[in-house]
Amino acid sequence: MPRFEVLVEVTLRPGIADPQGATIERSLPLLGVTGVSGVRVGKAIRLSVDAPDEDGARDVVDDLCARFLTNPVIEDATVSVAATARS
Amino acid sequence: MAATVGIVVFPGSNCEHDVAEAVERLGASARLVFHKDESLGPVDAVVLPGGFAHGDALRPGAIARFSPVMGAVERFAADGGPVVGICNGFQVLTEAGLLPGALQKNRGLAFLCREVELLTANDTSALTAGVAVGTRLRVPINHFEGSYTAHAEVLARIEDCGQVVLRYAENPNGSVGDIAGVCNEPGNVVGLMPHPERASHDLLGSEDGNVLLGALLSCCGRSQPC
Repeated sequence: MPRFEVLVEVTLRPGIADPQGATIERSLPLLGVTGVSGVRVGKAIRLSVDAPDEDGARDVVDDLCARFLTNPVIEDATVSVAATARS
Repeated sequence: MAATVGIVVFPGSNCEHDVAEAVERLGASARLVFHKDESLGPVDAVVLPGGFAHGDALRPGAIARFSPVMGAVERFAADGGPVVGICNGFQVLTEAGLLPGALQKNRGLAFLCREVELLTANDTSALTAGVAVGTRLRVPINHFEGSYTAHAEVLARIEDCGQVVLRYAENPNGSVGDIAGVCNEPGNVVGLMPHPERASHDLLGSEDGNVLLGALLSCCGRSQPC
């Protein structure tokens, strides 16, 4: 069965406070950096998924995101499946 | 007969013996229940204690909620049994969907370890039954991810239904509505970030936690939620 490399990006939902992002953004002037805003911190989770096809891999990971990898109260997930499978 | 309080031990729990000693001093028996157990045994109440279950990997409580014991906790709660989650236990209960909302990193990314003043906001939950609304309690907090948050509509519902159990007199962590503890709709499942077991003896600087733990013991053995 082919193996798909999957990247899950977990981000805080809009409107949810992000104290890490805010702290990073406040520190930018100390580095002499201006013009950078909207800093938000999330998580990147990489997985290898054995599935018959790309849709099958995506289904497995979508289910994992809903039940485990995110807390839907505060987080969203974006799933990217590598276009070419490694067999 | 004395009530028996089941205290769930996850890998990384660290307040189970403190809870056991506190409830034993109030006349109850304590029974430690391992996270891999599929039944709770003969218990009248369940406490999910504080700590760092599974090292807080992914999110606090995210892995613990799938423990074999949690099926038994959910059935016990569904039957109206009193269930209390303290600190990390509160995080487990929100992750499990037994309580509304979620707990986020504290405002300002501060790890907070100090006594705070609480105000009771509900006099019927498993942790506040018979305690007059507005009672002031001095109880310690000890957490990094204790900022309570919920969708606006969920927040409106829990406020309308009296599901806010405790509020901070002065908000330490950015929780919406100064919320320190909430309950489910029937009131038999309660979660709170402060540690009542750490305010259970004069030597600890406060005995106010006994008001909450005493209320929990008073709910034991009732067929209906408090």
